[in-house]
Amino acid sequence: MFHIYCPNCEEYREEEEFHASGQAHIPRPLDPDSCSDKEWGEYMFFRKNPRGIHHELWVHAGGCRKFFNITRNTQTYEIKEVYKIGEQPSVVAK
Amino acid sequence: MQRYSGFGLLKHSLTHHENWQQIWRNPTPKKKYDVIIIGGGGHGLATAYYLAKKHGITNVAVIEKGYLGGGNTARNTTIVRSNYLWDASAQLYEHAMKLWEGLSQDLNYNVMFSQRGVLNLGHTLQDMRDIERRVNANRLNGIDGEVLDPQQIKEIVPHMDCSGDSRYPILGASWQPRGGVARHDAVAWGYARGADSFGVDLIQQTEVTDLIIEDGTIIGVKTDRYGDIKADRVGAVVAGNSSVVAKMAGFELPLESHPLQALVSEPIKPVLDTVVMSNHVHGYVSQSDKGDLVIGAGIDGYTGYGQRGSYPTIEHTVQAIVELFPIFSRVRMNRQWGGVVDTCPDACPIISKTPVKNLFFNCGWGTGGFKATPGSGEVFAASLATGEMHPLAKPFSMFRFHNGALIDEHGAAGVAH
Repeated sequence: MFHIYCPNCEEYREEEEFHASGQAHIPRPLDPDSCSDKEWGEYMFFRKNPRGIHHELWVHAGGCRKFFNITRNTQTYEIKEVYKIGEQPSVVAK
Repeated sequence: MQRYSGFGLLKHSLTHHENWQQIWRNPTPKKKYDVIIIGGGGHGLATAYYLAKKHGITNVAVIEKGYLGGGNTARNTTIVRSNYLWDASAQLYEHAMKLWEGLSQDLNYNVMFSQRGVLNLGHTLQDMRDIERRVNANRLNGIDGEVLDPQQIKEIVPHMDCSGDSRYPILGASWQPRGGVARHDAVAWGYARGADSFGVDLIQQTEVTDLIIEDGTIIGVKTDRYGDIKADRVGAVVAGNSSVVAKMAGFELPLESHPLQALVSEPIKPVLDTVVMSNHVHGYVSQSDKGDLVIGAGIDGYTGYGQRGSYPTIEHTVQAIVELFPIFSRVRMNRQWGGVVDTCPDACPIISKTPVKNLFFNCGWGTGGFKATPGSGEVFAASLATGEMHPLAKPFSMFRFHNGALIDEHGAAGVAH
């Protein structure tokens, strides 16, 4: 059970208000027309899925309805940091 | 291997059951094997068993970081069925179902496979259209299935609320009479005992820490306890940890590892002699031989390797069960646990060659791998034995996510992800 700080609401709220939306920082292909099938497949389906530090996208679905990022340890479930869309994480995997 | 029989049981009773053999050895690994299987769960042990039995390859090691069958094999809700929509997956799961039907005899080990039938409920018109389509597809694939109306359901499960007065009324169901449940631990133990009797080395408490790859070909694995162990071919059957092993090999998989939780109630008198599943209110329940209700539902939305999930998911699960069975509202829950499931974007497994030569993966079973254990093991063993994928495994290549030939089984998977 997570207690998550929403950087947009600037408040701690319970996990039920939030929805996890998977890996963060997935860039859209810059030139979609020239992408190969392999590049499209990897953009669509292939994910980091690390055991350890993970940067992920969450949405405050039952609150401000805005997206933001969390850096979290997927083994211990400890939330390392919360940061807004457009910002870069300060905690990264070694 | 000591064969089990009624007569043997009688014989051992004369010596107060003190002289039973250990059912598998605890060997020290050799320096080199024909095949190494990473992961000693149900699928890995089944693979080892069929490699030895069907293909005569007995110079095999199964390397397990914990104990045999201690991961998702020990953590699932034991449901077995084969009513999947698409040809590729229906044939794979039906292949497993046919093996289930003779498994206890084949292994000489009682896996307590009970074909008590599986109901998949429909609560909306669209549910019912999908159910009719799926049952028709199943029958064309030679899989048993019927569409039932609420009155027929009521005859099978008299305690379920089929009145039509509930928030999500039951409009009908698909019914697979050959589906049912099996004793999950016995499946792992039976395969382990069978594989061991052919000379397969089961190496427990040993973690594979890295893969040894030369010129794009795998030649062995590094372990924490026994150093390097060489192998001609390596099969990774590591469920939730597949992405971690793939990273050692230098590629990514289209998987996300999520917590999946389940729970059992206190034992109660026999009340439910079939399996009830509902995609719409999202829960599934059966009753074990001990009398406890075995309950499961959806994954937790975030990724996690911690073998535990969040409380709201349990709450939603129990809400769904009470919606179906108001009679269960005061049953107390006994235990709750989580496993790590490797979910695939199309809710179908990956049984595949990889970018590394002689390294094969069997993963991505997500929330529904237990039912496929015998079939998965058999087709993966055939692939490891010959170096070419078994015809039933071919559609499940990891490269389908590059060419777009996905097998969308979200409807039949039974668990939303």
